[in-house]
Amino acid sequence: MIDKFFGFAARHPVWVILAFLAFTILAASGAQKLVFKSDYRIFFDESNPQLTAYESMQKIYSKSDNVTFIVVPKEGDVFTREHLAGLKKLTKASWQIPYSTRVNSLTNFQYTYAEEDDLIVEDLVMDAQNLSASDISRIKQAAVNEPQLVNKIVSASGHVSVVDVSVKLPGLDPAAEVPQVAGYVRKLKDDFIAQNPGSQVYLSGMVMLNNAFAESSLEDGSTLVPAMFLIVVITIGFLLRTISGTFATVLVVVMSIAGAMGLAGWMGFFLSGASASAPTIILTLAVADCIHILASMFYEMRHGADKASAIQKSLKINLQPVFLTSITTAIGFLSMNFSEIPPYRDLGNIVAMGAMLAFIFSITIFPALLSVLPIRVKVQAEGKKNNMARLADLVITKRRLLLPVISVCVIVLAVFIPKNEINDDFVKYFDSSVPFRSATDYMQENLSGLTLLELSVKSGRAGGINDPQFLKTVDQFSDWLRGQKETDHVNTLTDVLKRLNKNMHGDDPAWYKLPETQEMAAQYLLLYEMSLPYGLDLNTQLNVDKSSTKLIATFKNLTSSQQIELGERLEAWFKSNAPQYELDTASPSFMFAHIGQKSIVSSLVGTVAALIVISIILGFALKSWRYGLISLLPNLLPAAVAFGIWALINGQIGMSLSMVIGMTLGIVVDDTVHFLSKYLHARRNNNSDAADAVHYAFAHVGGALWITTLVLVAGFTVLAQSSFKLNGDMGMLTAITILAALIIDFLFLPPLLIALDNMKNRKAAHSSDAVELPAPSQPTL
Amino acid sequence: MLYQGRLKTVLITTLLAAASLSSFAVSQQETDQEKNARRKGLDISVEVKNRDSGWGDSKADMLMILRNEQGQESVREIKIKSLEQLGDGDKSLTVFNKPKDVKGSAFLSYSHAEKADDQWLYLPSLKRVKRISSRNKSGPFMGSEFSFEDFSSFEVEKYSYKYLGNEKIAAKDFFKVEQFPVDENSGYTRRVVWIDQQEYLVHKIDYYDRKNSLLKTLTYVDYQQYSGKFWRARSMQMINHQNGKSTELIWNNYTFNNGLSEGDFNRNALKRTR
Repeated sequence: MIDKFFGFAARHPVWVILAFLAFTILAASGAQKLVFKSDYRIFFDESNPQLTAYESMQKIYSKSDNVTFIVVPKEGDVFTREHLAGLKKLTKASWQIPYSTRVNSLTNFQYTYAEEDDLIVEDLVMDAQNLSASDISRIKQAAVNEPQLVNKIVSASGHVSVVDVSVKLPGLDPAAEVPQVAGYVRKLKDDFIAQNPGSQVYLSGMVMLNNAFAESSLEDGSTLVPAMFLIVVITIGFLLRTISGTFATVLVVVMSIAGAMGLAGWMGFFLSGASASAPTIILTLAVADCIHILASMFYEMRHGADKASAIQKSLKINLQPVFLTSITTAIGFLSMNFSEIPPYRDLGNIVAMGAMLAFIFSITIFPALLSVLPIRVKVQAEGKKNNMARLADLVITKRRLLLPVISVCVIVLAVFIPKNEINDDFVKYFDSSVPFRSATDYMQENLSGLTLLELSVKSGRAGGINDPQFLKTVDQFSDWLRGQKETDHVNTLTDVLKRLNKNMHGDDPAWYKLPETQEMAAQYLLLYEMSLPYGLDLNTQLNVDKSSTKLIATFKNLTSSQQIELGERLEAWFKSNAPQYELDTASPSFMFAHIGQKSIVSSLVGTVAALIVISIILGFALKSWRYGLISLLPNLLPAAVAFGIWALINGQIGMSLSMVIGMTLGIVVDDTVHFLSKYLHARRNNNSDAADAVHYAFAHVGGALWITTLVLVAGFTVLAQSSFKLNGDMGMLTAITILAALIIDFLFLPPLLIALDNMKNRKAAHSSDAVELPAPSQPTL
Repeated sequence: MLYQGRLKTVLITTLLAAASLSSFAVSQQETDQEKNARRKGLDISVEVKNRDSGWGDSKADMLMILRNEQGQESVREIKIKSLEQLGDGDKSLTVFNKPKDVKGSAFLSYSHAEKADDQWLYLPSLKRVKRISSRNKSGPFMGSEFSFEDFSSFEVEKYSYKYLGNEKIAAKDFFKVEQFPVDENSGYTRRVVWIDQQEYLVHKIDYYDRKNSLLKTLTYVDYQQYSGKFWRARSMQMINHQNGKSTELIWNNYTFNNGLSEGDFNRNALKRTR
């Protein structure tokens, strides 16, 4: 059947080309249905407990996405007439930022004080242009002594301050909303600097973080990713020295990617940070498939075959291993459907489709193209040894050295794997050339970090937040929080109540304490609530029936595991100090920390499991449990080596790195399958001994494996240059893994196969030394 | 009283007409069409005010139901007395009954069209009247989605106007008028008001925030006529589109012309509310 089809394809290549092009265009047209979603919600199932908890907190209070202007005055003093006037103007202008709901700054802080029986509630800075020296010193005293402001809005020394804007994105079109806010904010920044020469403004906050993610991905997507594809194309052309072959390969790559993404579009998938890496993975698979077929065909042609029969021969010998690689890779990726994170399921399904498409294209349209396009290969002189044959000689003669040396290297590196820390630090995803990173570093050094936790304390009954016992607990909790080493700032209702109590008693500092009765606290709050202007009310701190209050704690920049540990510490405090109240912890960064940990673990475990499943399938396909078991080593060891090396050079495994095993799965399996199947072919069909079989494998797939590896390592090294670590680190570790896979397949697997076969032979026949003879250097065909 | 109300609005109409003439002189570009839209918007709003003048004073009980996006509810119970003022915003005295921990607190407000309101609050736990000095006009009333300015009486001079057209909703004809607050401390750039053409009652208001995004919508439900003259909605529903919260006001026991006087709306009256 298959021979018939190949025969047809060989006779009517143009029809095959047209038919598959038409199919691909039809499939690819589904790609226009693909939407990119950057919303964190897609990382969760609807029923995910953390998502529901977080969303309910967002509904009870207000959402806390923000943009932060970090404003550095030119003289290093915030408290000058000129600078305060500038801040006031910036504060007012910030209300115009799209989707803004609240602006907090030094100038619009609601300052309360008593004047006889009057309670005055007003902006801390009123008429900035006409402030007297004594006004300014009063403002400074009030600001640097106000717990709500100091280290959050203004530094203790008064050399830098912040305008913090709360933004509630509607979330209808996140891809457009975030850049819209960022664009507006940048314009405000430029205006401010133009009007206040000498001062400096940095931009940070969650919205700017999201924007930096989007911009960096976009920038890499428009520069480095195309450069990577280009390098792949050039390297193929350079190594294979064929324009037609390169063109056909690129076409298969493009068709596989377009087809898979298009089918995903038809099936109603959407793109996300995770599934967006599908094209790169499909690239590696399609490149490998094509190069195997090309390399075998060239091998035949170099040995004198004409083009048509070389193509037929190449297809015949590659069909099984290419199919086996593709089907196992597809199954491996389909196993991602067990992931509890939806985007990873999508990624798995898209790549599985891509793997099968790449397989179909590389045995149909690819040979059809090759037969139509002009290809010339120099016939190799008889007896001339090529590099692969020399490498095979070397590996066989030095095998007694290679096996232990490589084993020791692998074991030593594997020992370092546990030194890796599963962790994400979103700020550090950007290197210091990215403005967001330098802004956030500056803010961290001078004011506070970017990590926020929203802590909702529930009293369990309506009006319960005014209960003196409850207030005392919240106050103690706030004090304890302020004592934690990573805490920069705590915003708590109890500070407001203490200040109001003082105001109600003629501003007597002795009354800076919590009100003593439920009624008094409730009535102070009523008074305060009734006197706040638009956007500066208590809705962000209280729920509707006043049964719970929300504290906002700001911390130094924390990694995901530090955040999770901090969250546990908060829970522990509540359990031992206030078991009668309930604490809910949430925030965007806290959420990301949890998803991050979860997705990293699930993707690592998932792909390792997939590799084991693949080895089992290989055992069936190769009709040998023994070789299935052996295939575990070259399948698993590259990742072990790569992560061992990573522990030594970096040691932090974030979400993007957890993708690397998946990213390289196809290529690693490809190496194993091709090498093993050629080795077995020689052993079984040609009756070769182990050393001969190794020679045969090197001669037939060594070149293809070498080229595939070089091509992809070159490509991923380009990606490793990104200033966006999400791509940069991923590119680097992928390159390391692919290289490690080749080294293991070339230098470790052959000595291992020979050693195991010798052991078997010794057991079987007690006859030895057969393989000690120098192996013939020419493959038998 | 009714006569005085009319006189006042006639005076205002004349003033505003004069003002619009002078501004016309400045901005040459204003077309006749724009001028007509402004005049018609004003005329409709004056009629709204005229038809609701002369009630003297009123008393009512109000239930305020706060809801968040999560569906949680909280109920506040309030008594409100108001005194109609001529040539200025009305005076009102608000007494809180629920939640229990603020029971007996009372809030006195003299609202003004263009400057900050005068406000006093009596706190029973302190047994003191405190004057509040604040620019809270745009701020929320008791943590609800209503701001002080949404509560205070409608005065013609608070806004400038633009008639947008007619609209038919459920077989009823409405005027659609755009109103631009004069006070720069207002929380809004504009409101769009639907006024029924029969009785000149407000049925719906869209509020646009300072960056001109739709912020809230207020709907008046179930108008009842009192004393054969004055229409009051039984329920007012305010939905905040930006934060998903809403507040419903349910009014009961309206009475008009109870013979209240200025003496019922001063600092001393605050302490006598119990």
